Amino acid sequence: MTEIDWIIPHPDGIYVVPADVWIDPSRPRPHAAVTHGHADHARSGHKTVYATPETLAIMGLRYGVQPDGAVACKYGAGFERGGVQFTFHPAGHVLGSAQIAMEFRGERVVVTGDFKRRADPTCASFEVVPCDVFITEATFGLPVFRHPPTGQEIAKLIAAVRAEPGRCVLVGAYALGKAQRVIAELRAAGWHDPLYLHGALEPMCRLYEAHGVPLGDLRSVANTPKEEMAGAIAMCPPSALTDRWSRRLPDPITAMASGWMRVRGRARARQVELPLVISDHADWDELTRTITDVNARENWITHGSEDGLVRWCELHQRRAKALHLVGREVEEVE
Amino acid sequence: MKAFATLLDRLIYTRSRNSKLALIAAYLRETPDPDRGWAMAALTEVLNFPAVKAAMARALLATRVDEELARLSRQFVGETAETIALLWPDSAETGQAPSLDEAVAALRGATQVTGAAVLTGLLDRLDSDGRYALMKVALGGMRHGVSARLARQAFADAFGVPVDDVEELWHAVPPPFTALFDWAEGRKPRPDLAATPFFRPFMLAHPLADDETVNLTDYAAEWKWDGIRVQIVRAGGETRVYSRGGEEISAAFPEIVAALPLDCAVDGELLVRGDVQGGDAASFNALQQRLGRKTVSKKMLAEAPAFVRVYDLLALGPMDLRPQPWTARRAQLEAVIGRLPADRFDLSALIEATDFAALAQQRAGARDAAIEGVMLKRRDAPYIGGRRAGQWYKWKRDPLTADCVMMYAQRGNGKRASYYSDYTFGCWSDTGELLPVGKAYSGFTDEELKWLDRFVRQNTVQRFGPVREVEKTLVLEVAFDSIHTSKRHKSGLAMRFPRIVRIRKDKPAEEADRVAALRQQAS
Repeated sequence: MTEIDWIIPHPDGIYVVPADVWIDPSRPRPHAAVTHGHADHARSGHKTVYATPETLAIMGLRYGVQPDGAVACKYGAGFERGGVQFTFHPAGHVLGSAQIAMEFRGERVVVTGDFKRRADPTCASFEVVPCDVFITEATFGLPVFRHPPTGQEIAKLIAAVRAEPGRCVLVGAYALGKAQRVIAELRAAGWHDPLYLHGALEPMCRLYEAHGVPLGDLRSVANTPKEEMAGAIAMCPPSALTDRWSRRLPDPITAMASGWMRVRGRARARQVELPLVISDHADWDELTRTITDVNARENWITHGSEDGLVRWCELHQRRAKALHLVGREVEEVE
Repeated sequence: MKAFATLLDRLIYTRSRNSKLALIAAYLRETPDPDRGWAMAALTEVLNFPAVKAAMARALLATRVDEELARLSRQFVGETAETIALLWPDSAETGQAPSLDEAVAALRGATQVTGAAVLTGLLDRLDSDGRYALMKVALGGMRHGVSARLARQAFADAFGVPVDDVEELWHAVPPPFTALFDWAEGRKPRPDLAATPFFRPFMLAHPLADDETVNLTDYAAEWKWDGIRVQIVRAGGETRVYSRGGEEISAAFPEIVAALPLDCAVDGELLVRGDVQGGDAASFNALQQRLGRKTVSKKMLAEAPAFVRVYDLLALGPMDLRPQPWTARRAQLEAVIGRLPADRFDLSALIEATDFAALAQQRAGARDAAIEGVMLKRRDAPYIGGRRAGQWYKWKRDPLTADCVMMYAQRGNGKRASYYSDYTFGCWSDTGELLPVGKAYSGFTDEELKWLDRFVRQNTVQRFGPVREVEKTLVLEVAFDSIHTSKRHKSGLAMRFPRIVRIRKDKPAEEADRVAALRQQAS
C-alpha cells in the first residue's frame, strides 16, 4: 500500500498537485474547486472556480458577480485537469453542496466538504462514493453530538409559538441553508402561516425558490407592524438575535437552530431560550456510519473535533489522521 | 424525575426572575410529596451524597464509553454532569424511570462500595434529560441561576404564604419538607419553632453612594469586617451556624458551635485567628479553606481557630429582640457579651467620630486588612430581613488596583465553556521576570469578554491542556480588596477578590506594576 502523494493538505486548503487545483482554499488561487457556498469554503478572488451551478449562483449572490472563469459542474459530472478527473457528488449539506471525488493513476480521493446524511427537503441527499482516501469533516466529531429527529425539534418550535400567542418566536438561523431548511421543515409539518424574515435572509430565500425549493408565504419584518407578528415565527441571522433589531418584534422568545444547541452551556452562552437541535452537519452517528459505509483504506479528518473521530477510527481499526486546516470558523458557520 | 428534569431544563434557559419563580411555583403546586420536597432540597443544594463524586462518576462513564472519547467530550462540554447525560448510552430495557424520591433514597443508601452500582442502576433507567437531572442532584452545582432564596420565594408564591415565614421555617424542617407543605397548603398549623435553632433572614445594607452622607446622631458607625457573615443560634439544646444565604455551615465550625453557652441568636462576622496570613484577624483566605467542609481537621482548628465578632443580638432566651430598635438591641448585646467565652466571641466596637467628615478620615486611614469599610446603622431601626431603604449602609473602602500583564488563559465552565474567560496575570520582578500574582474571571463586560477571548486565541504561544500561554503584551488593570503574602504564587502574594476593571490596550507591558510595589501593600 503506497502513501497518497499527489494530494497535499495545507493549512489553508487541500492542494491537488498534478492539477494545480486547490479545494476550498482560504486564499485566492488560480484554480479553485469549491464544495459549497458557505463563506469559509467559498472565498472570492479565485481566477477559475469549479463548482456546482447552485454554488456558483450562491457565490454570485454573495460576492456580487460570478468569477469570470466559472466552470459549472453538475452532480455526476466534473472536469479533467493535469490528468486528474474531478467529479461532483451531492453532500446533503446545503443547496448545491458537493463532495469532490478525484481520480488519478487508479486512486480515488473524496473530499466531503461539509455534509449530512439525514433528509433535507432543500437539497440533494448525500451519496456514498467508495474511495481510497476519504477526507471528511468532523464538526460534530464527539459522541455528545447526537441530533434528535428534525420533526421533534420543529414540533417543539410550533408548540412554543402556540403556548404564548401574545409573543413571537425569533429563530436565529444562518442565511445560507439553515434558514431555508427550517422554513421547509415547518411547511412540511403543516405550518403555513406567513414567516417573517430579517432582511439579511431574504435574498438567499429567493435564490432557493428560483432553484425549485418552495418556501411558502415569506414576509419582511421591516414591512410589518409589530402587533401583526404576535403568535408568529420570525427568523434572523444569529447575530441579530439579541441585537437592537429584535425590538421590532413583540416580546420575542429567542430560539436558535444549530447542532451546538445540544450542549446546554453553549445554548446558555448564546442566551437562547429555546434551543433547537437542527444541524446541516452530520452528527456523531452519521459521521461514523459514513466512514463505515465509504470504507476507505485511509481517513483524513478535518474541520471540527478531529481528535474524537480519529480516536473512533483507532478503536475500529481504521487508518486515520487529523488535518488541521486554518480559517475554518466552525462555530460561526454551522 | 421527568417533571423535575423538565423544570431544571426550563430554568436553565429562562432568564427572567419572574418566569423562574412562576416555573418553580407551578411545579410545586402540581407535584406530589415527597418529590417536590426533594426538588426544593436539590434546587437549594442542601443534598449531599458522600458516595457519589465527580471523579467516581467519570470513572463509571468509562465503563460504558471509551475513556479518551469521554475525556475529549468532557473537555468540550465543560462539566461532568452534562457529559454523562449526553454520553451514557440509552438502555434497551429502561423500564419505569425512577421517581425523584426513589433516586434520592437510592443515593442516600449508597456507600463507597455500592455507589457505582447504585448510580449505574439509576442512569440505565433514565433518558438524557433525566440523567442530567439525576447527575445534578447527585453532584450538586446546579448552575440553573436559582438561588436558595429565590427557590424559597417561589415556595411562598406557590401557596400564598409570607416569604419571611418560609425563611424562618426552612431550617426547622428537614427535607423533603413535608410539614412545610402541610402548613403552606393549610392542612396543618405552622410548625412550632420554640425549641428549634431556626434561621432569621439577615438584615442587609445598601451601598452608600459616593456623594451621600448621613448624620451620626441618627446612625451608628462600626467597622465592616472582611470575614463571613454568620448567624449563630442556640435553642432546644442545639446550636447552628448559618451563612448569609441561610445555609447551615455548623459542621465547618465546630469550635463555635461548642462555645455558645446560652440560648440566643447573634449576628456577626466570622473570622479566624492565627499565623495563617501573618497574624491578627486578616483571614478571608483561611476562612475559605474552612468553608464548605463537612469535617475539619485538628490541624486546621489549631492553625486557624475561628471566632465571631458580634454586632447584633436577635433573640435572647425565648425573647425575639428583632422588633426592638438597634439601640435597645445593642445595649442588651453589650450586657450579654461578657457571658460568652472571650476567645470565641468579641464585640464589634463602635467607631467614635464627632461628625461624618471625621468618620471619612478614619475610614481612609484604616489599613487593617480585616477591615473592608464602614457600616452605618440607623439607631432606631428594628431588625428586618432583607435590604431596607435608609436603614443600614455599607461604605466600602476604595479597592486597590494594579496594572498586570496577562500570562495564561483558561476556558470557563458551563455557560462560558466556549470562552477563554479565566486569566492569570503577573507583575515584574526586580530581575525583569514576569511572576504570576493572581487570577481573575470577572469584572469585564460581555463585549470585553469576546475581545479578550479573541486576544487569547490570536496570541497563544503555547498550550498546556485547557490552558493557553499568551504573548505577554496585554496590560489588565486589576482591582482587589486586599493583598496578602502567600505561598500559592511564585511572587509570594495573593489578592483577595481580584477582578479586571479595565483592559489597558494603551499601556505597554513593560510599564505594568512591579511585584515589589505590590508587596508594600500587603498585610
